[in-house]
Amino acid sequence: MTTKTLKASATGSAILPALFAVILGLGIVTLAGHVQASALHDAAHDVRHATGFPCH
Amino acid sequence: MFSRILTSALFAGAAAGLIAALLQFLFVQPVLLHAELYETGELVHFGAEAVSAQPDLPGMFADPMRDALTVVFAMLTYTGYAVVMVALMSVAEGMGHAVTARAGLLWGLAGFITFHFAPGLSLAPEVPGVSYTDITARQIWWTATVAAAGIAMWLIAFGGNLMAYGAAALLLMAPHLIGAPEPDSFAGPVPTELGALFAARAFGVGMAAWVLLGGFAGYFWQTESKRAEAHA
Repeated sequence: MTTKTLKASATGSAILPALFAVILGLGIVTLAGHVQASALHDAAHDVRHATGFPCH
Repeated sequence: MFSRILTSALFAGAAAGLIAALLQFLFVQPVLLHAELYETGELVHFGAEAVSAQPDLPGMFADPMRDALTVVFAMLTYTGYAVVMVALMSVAEGMGHAVTARAGLLWGLAGFITFHFAPGLSLAPEVPGVSYTDITARQIWWTATVAAAGIAMWLIAFGGNLMAYGAAALLLMAPHLIGAPEPDSFAGPVPTELGALFAARAFGVGMAAWVLLGGFAGYFWQTESKRAEAHA
């Protein structure tokens, strides 16, 4: 019983950092792949084409 | 925990991104530069005269700034993927699933399907010069498809029952049955041979880079976890 409670709380505390990391990672992908600001678009152009992001 | 995720993801993303950029220079860039000759009108498909399939292309690294930016953005993009993947690896480990470099290869394949193959099945990797429709509509469809495929991959890996597998199949098919935004008319000046080669090469290089990314992520996550335990 004690073990179970401990394990559950350990998992609970691990979800929040993971969630923040997922949001951060998706933010990076959005910046590199989707933002259409022209300086960003030109710089990332070849990578966007090669990684299948909708470009232009 | 957060710093362990970031450290592992940075190592894995930088390494896989660098390899992705090198593979892109070898296999994708020549096709892309070739297609740009048609995009700019320097070559004309189905013009008065047949066009050589082997024109003189700018040599490798002819435009160093452009290529340097490709390396930077490949590393950035793959680091973004890695942060998402390692975070999910930490959740899976909390559920009792071992995360190793070997298991990471499968994680990488699932990531490739989620971020490249699933959206690319209807919005094929675009060779420069193809006709296209509104960028925002395609980005919304792309994002929704990636989200659906990501959930489907998780259900297939950890669902463990028929309901989960059925839901995953539906999530994988639905975006394509609904349909991606399509252009009203075709206007691409690039020969179909180049367009097909470009899509195939983009998928191949993406798969190689993603599988390596998964393997690296599993390896660094395990190493960082051992280090954290040793310090605890």
